[in-house]
Amino acid sequence: MLELRDITKRFGDVLANDRVSLSVTPGTIHAIVGENGAGKSTAMRIAYGFYAADAGDVIVDGQVRPLASPHDAIALGIGMVHQHFMLVETMTVAENIVLGIEPGGALALDLKRAGARVRALSEEFGLQIDPEARIETLSVGQQQRVELLKALYREARLLILDEPTAVLSPQAVEDLFRILRGMRAQGKTIVIITHKLSEVLAISDEVTVMRDGRVVGSRKTAETNAAELARLMVGREVLLRVVKPEARPGGPVLRVRGLSLKDRLDGISFEARAGEIVGIAGVEGNGQTELIEALAGLVERKDVAGAIELGGEDVTALSARGRKQRGIAHVPEDRQRRGLLLDFDLAENAILGVDERPPVAVGPGRVWLDREAIQRRAKKIIQAFDVRPPDATLPARSLSGGNQQKLILGREIELPPKLLLVAQPTRGVDIGGIEFIHRRLVELRDSGCAILLVSSELEEVTALSDRLLVMRQGRIVGEVDPARASAGEIGLLMTGGEAAA
Amino acid sequence: MKILRELLFPLAAVVAAFLVGGVLVALVGDSPVRTYELLIGSALTWPDGIGYTLFYATPLIFTGLAVAVAFRCGLLNIGAEGQLYIASFATAWVGIAFAGWPAWLLVPLCFLTAILSGAFWGAIPGVLKARFGAHEVITTIMMNFIAVALASYFTQYHYKPQGDPILETVPIGEGAHIARLGRFIPGFPERIPLNLAFPLALVVCLLVYLFLWRTRWGYEIRATGASPAAAEYGGISTRRQIVLAMSVSGGLAGMVAINEVLGYRYRYYDSFSSGYGFTAIAVALLGRNHPVGVIISSLLFGALLRGGLFVDIFTENVSKDLVQVLQAIIILFVAAEAMFRGPFARLTKRV
Repeated sequence: MLELRDITKRFGDVLANDRVSLSVTPGTIHAIVGENGAGKSTAMRIAYGFYAADAGDVIVDGQVRPLASPHDAIALGIGMVHQHFMLVETMTVAENIVLGIEPGGALALDLKRAGARVRALSEEFGLQIDPEARIETLSVGQQQRVELLKALYREARLLILDEPTAVLSPQAVEDLFRILRGMRAQGKTIVIITHKLSEVLAISDEVTVMRDGRVVGSRKTAETNAAELARLMVGREVLLRVVKPEARPGGPVLRVRGLSLKDRLDGISFEARAGEIVGIAGVEGNGQTELIEALAGLVERKDVAGAIELGGEDVTALSARGRKQRGIAHVPEDRQRRGLLLDFDLAENAILGVDERPPVAVGPGRVWLDREAIQRRAKKIIQAFDVRPPDATLPARSLSGGNQQKLILGREIELPPKLLLVAQPTRGVDIGGIEFIHRRLVELRDSGCAILLVSSELEEVTALSDRLLVMRQGRIVGEVDPARASAGEIGLLMTGGEAAA
Repeated sequence: MKILRELLFPLAAVVAAFLVGGVLVALVGDSPVRTYELLIGSALTWPDGIGYTLFYATPLIFTGLAVAVAFRCGLLNIGAEGQLYIASFATAWVGIAFAGWPAWLLVPLCFLTAILSGAFWGAIPGVLKARFGAHEVITTIMMNFIAVALASYFTQYHYKPQGDPILETVPIGEGAHIARLGRFIPGFPERIPLNLAFPLALVVCLLVYLFLWRTRWGYEIRATGASPAAAEYGGISTRRQIVLAMSVSGGLAGMVAINEVLGYRYRYYDSFSSGYGFTAIAVALLGRNHPVGVIISSLLFGALLRGGLFVDIFTENVSKDLVQVLQAIIILFVAAEAMFRGPFARLTKRV
């Protein structure tokens, strides 16, 4: 159905695609995997006519097709769902779908007919989308399905999905996969870009692996396994499983009693002991973010009820700075907005949170910043956490997601912490980086730090945690032994036994 | 190399402004070449041209720094004008009230008054923003009107010399005067009002640089400006930084009083400012909110102010408003930088 032949694309000095060739069999689900920056999205954007290739051919249905723009691709039956949705929030589903190809005359917009077709398509593919619903009232998973509908409405036979699961909860991923399988059964061809191996194995028929802009392997999914794919992606052996010795917890470090935050958190109580990782599982948006921020001191103190104790000291009334000084480190969920000063260089990012204390702040009143101490600290973190490129004068913005995360983790571990709050530690991080970050978290645990881990990746949170709490609607609804509990059991707690929405 | 790249765009903006300005001059029927000869030539003669250029640049350095410091904290201080008026009146008042005091006491007291009264006037919008979220653009503009009106009122009804037709206060005590540079430079007449405030302004530039990049206060102000969410995460009280930045900004704007009141007119003179507080926004913008950039762009704008007078007098059709047109075009080009950045970057890369 779709074939790329020797596609080469250069952005400035970067060779994004180097003679990329791949072939997608009609009626299959084809996965394209690779680390961040491997050139997956670039290749697919070329197939969608979004970029023009410097060399090479896009072949559709056996014919070489020069694609000048996405319009040409759409005309050939190729649709693409981007990672960031392109929907007008205040308009309805039907209005969004017909945007740009409105039916009816110049004056009379025939939305009724469009609505009926959208409804028919939605039923045909089991999407369960109401064409009258306004986008802003839909969940992220539903919005994604609107994007799918958009492509189907334009009669796409081949659908390209760019990292479709990055924004979805585990349940929504299941729903999406069910829908994709349904589409395949109806004869559609699907290309899915991802860097999660479990997804490749779960959904695809064929897989193409990319690394550094080149195709390094193509396999039938049934004939490969996670270890082989990981090795192809990273170019070396990768440990996919978290290896950790038995936890030997000490005394309690964090004690939370009846913590409430407006209508977001409701009477949360738990303990975290030195030398253990306490995980929090839950469907995103059930108060995990708020819990972490409340513990870090980043919410309005007047909205907080209950008590937070750190090492026996009540820190509920302390500011974020006061808590940091007492050893609460924090790797935030939104690393670009919260965790980093993107336009500042790595050195200045390395002192965020410790700029007021020696050895960074020196002199009378600790007013002056010791530039050498800052450089030393930055170099130490960059080296110990293998931040690349290892140049403290670069702006944080120029680092990849994985390297940004390593910088943050390094900075927080350098505090040094008694308690580490860590949210979504490997979101958007590639496989090599995930392995590294997991290892560091286990090492930190074994050095006697208490770790509170929030992750929407159920696999990650069960693999890393020594104890696992489940949150739903701002409450802790249960505790399970992550080594014993099944995903189904945890999922049931997460959703409260209701059908997965 | 990095510095060169920083300079390249502002420089291009200035050149482009002069080109467009030249077209306008030609359109109204004068010779662009002769007009620019006048504009630039008159700003660079010795001693008058250079003396006045530096004199005009002095308040622009202070106010330009004021805008730059606030901007580094993510705040747009449009209130430098009000801050410098309040500070000038307050400074004059101290100079009048303690007129008999000796210079070694009165000069520092007047300096302190200039800085603190400006800082006070700047802190008010800062507090309003930190406490209630009132937008500083609105509040600083409003505070300008209040400042000008208050100063005029007190001058008119309480401190004007009897029967004086000009709206100005009685003179300040001799002990509050600071020396004009003519006293130290041979061949530089003392009638030119360039005074010690100019070297002071250069020193203040250095201090602002050290404050912003070498102290933790500066780091926290810049962090707040770069990303409030990340600053809070780092334990920085963004509210405190907002008040601090606005106070420092106001204090810097207030230092204009040292040039105007203590070094030039020796009294408060109503509506003395030719919009220094507003031109300051252009100065800071062109100077990339960096102290060194502020010095360079202040010198440029100072020269334009000086040269504009000559253009006004010695050309047929061009008025001194040409200077404002040039300023406006420079701002437009600098503000549109992002638009040009893409193609521009590609162009310079290939070279």
